[in-house]
Amino acid sequence: MQKAVQLSSLASTLVLAEHEAGFIKAASVSAVVAANSVSKDNSISVLLAGSGPSLQEAAAHAASCHPSVSQVLVADSEKFTYPLAEPWAKLVHLVQQRGGYSHIIAPSGSFGKNILPRAAALLGVSPVTDVIEILESNLFIRPIYAGNALCTVRNTGVDPCMMTIRSISFPVPPTSANSKSNVSPISQVDLSTFSEDSVGKSRYVKQTSQNTERPDLGNARVVVTGGRGLKSAENFKMLEKLAEKLGAAVGATRAAVDQGFVPNDLQVGQTGKIVAPELYMAFGVSGAIQHLAGMRDSKVIVAVNKDADAPIFQVADYGLVGDLFEVIPELLEKLPEKK
Amino acid sequence: MKIMVAIKRVVDYAVKIRVKSDKTGVETQNVKMSMNPFCEIALEEALRIKESGLASEVVAVTMGPAQSVDTLRTGLAMGADRGIHVESTGALYPLSVAKLLKALVEVEKPGLLILGKQVFLNASIREVGFVFLPVKLHCIVAWRLRILCGSVTFCHSRFPVKAIDDDCNQTGQMVAGLLGWPQGTFASKVVLDKENRVATVEREVDGGLETLSLDLPAVITLIESPNTLSNIRCNVQGVYDSYTILILLIFKIGTDKAECTDLRLNHPRYATLPNIMKAKSKVIKKFTPQELNVEIQSDLEVVQVTEPPKRKAGVMVSSVDELIDKLKNEAHII
Repeated sequence: MQKAVQLSSLASTLVLAEHEAGFIKAASVSAVVAANSVSKDNSISVLLAGSGPSLQEAAAHAASCHPSVSQVLVADSEKFTYPLAEPWAKLVHLVQQRGGYSHIIAPSGSFGKNILPRAAALLGVSPVTDVIEILESNLFIRPIYAGNALCTVRNTGVDPCMMTIRSISFPVPPTSANSKSNVSPISQVDLSTFSEDSVGKSRYVKQTSQNTERPDLGNARVVVTGGRGLKSAENFKMLEKLAEKLGAAVGATRAAVDQGFVPNDLQVGQTGKIVAPELYMAFGVSGAIQHLAGMRDSKVIVAVNKDADAPIFQVADYGLVGDLFEVIPELLEKLPEKK
Repeated sequence: MKIMVAIKRVVDYAVKIRVKSDKTGVETQNVKMSMNPFCEIALEEALRIKESGLASEVVAVTMGPAQSVDTLRTGLAMGADRGIHVESTGALYPLSVAKLLKALVEVEKPGLLILGKQVFLNASIREVGFVFLPVKLHCIVAWRLRILCGSVTFCHSRFPVKAIDDDCNQTGQMVAGLLGWPQGTFASKVVLDKENRVATVEREVDGGLETLSLDLPAVITLIESPNTLSNIRCNVQGVYDSYTILILLIFKIGTDKAECTDLRLNHPRYATLPNIMKAKSKVIKKFTPQELNVEIQSDLEVVQVTEPPKRKAGVMVSSVDELIDKLKNEAHII
């Protein structure tokens, strides 16, 4: 087996992007930002798959979403109507064979984690998951053991180097809207040689999404989270009121999810979402290590708990020992209206 | 039908681990080793399926150095009918594990393959702060209570570890890709339809639940939640005999003891003395990766492990007014 010596500064990166309603998802733009730190002279191609007009809109959005995107590849076919792992992995395999990319990057959401390892197996490479920092083109940092340690990994294998990145670690700089100054070319992927072998063995049935008026948990500026201490689904309504007032997203601990207070896509932590908002307020959250793993990078952490010894107070910037059933109403009354 | 269960030998989680003085890893000489508790759960599940008359044979598989055979014997003593040992030294990354599993599935054609999966970490704060075990196939994390209480102090900030396939969530997808089977990852509900040979899988995805219909054989990875396990329990029993379905029980890192008990699919049995004696005569077949046509790749290396940056100490406030004042005038956040 040959050891790839990556002396060439010519990196070329393929970013697997997820789109919805004609827009590239924010996490995928973060993957472009991550691709940017692979090397100085990196040509970045964004790969989109789907079908119909919304795909073309998304492609246009991808072409202008970040100045460093050098081209957008579009795979337009019925097979890609839903982001299933089987056709996607095949597609990545096909595109890689033609493009010979040095890196393939996807965001670490359920989309990337589902597709990238499968594609890596087809390409015979070991992927690296949840990268939070790219030091060199083959040197990465990823959290291990519930974020209690950071592991620096060197990839010594053959190209492509495949990874999923943690999107909150690669924030997208705010750009002036419609910076049409550079729109990268869009080209269609030729699917004539797209092989069918494991495609068609899985079918999309339906998706039940939790449509909320509130901002998305992953990108909210403020997150208010409730734990077991809220005692019931009814009491979560209080938290929702508070969230409304702050313009915040609502999160929950695994305990609250397991008790059935809230649906599980609100779960923050190791097994749920990883968030890093400006303000994180935890009510009735003890602060189990798996939960902390999902919010430790928040800018300001506020904890309200009646147990003064709760571990959450160890990471909180501001802690208040008190009964949340008294504290939340008081906050509702005294907080200034959101800007 | 035949069930194949993968089991792994790890340092017993009751053992206080010592880091080698040269910081290259963990002292495993003269340390008690035993079966990864999650593998015990997987094996117990297989044995129960067999006892309910749905399987004819339970085959235990292990990958690793020669000593792994001891763990295999334990599995045989619990009730597995025979063993397979894939002999391999050095770290096995998910890609190699996936290739070996694929090869074994093709050799054995089991109706079901079960893996218990979790990364095993054992920390003894007073002595070493943080310790890592080589992870080859799958392990479990056993947090000491002190860690759960949040008072983690790292005594060593750097020592190399030999394993990085923890919490990667890769093996299932990779096996599926290699076998060309459809995959249902992060499943919280699985309904098998024997007639049409399809599995309806409810997956947890960002922003909700997605339902897929997969042709069997398929690879299904489960996410941990008490509901998942009862869902699976109800649906998995009594459905497969003519096709292979692969289930990986994925338990995430950091599941604490209390949660483990919640999440337990079952309580594994003890090997009785007569069964231990019987196990000595059961067959263990040896394979080398070469015999299975698998090239063991190790294309990732751990350079170092460090502790994450610490947050600065916070302050306790005594009232809501004070809290709002701080958020306004100190943190400038509201």
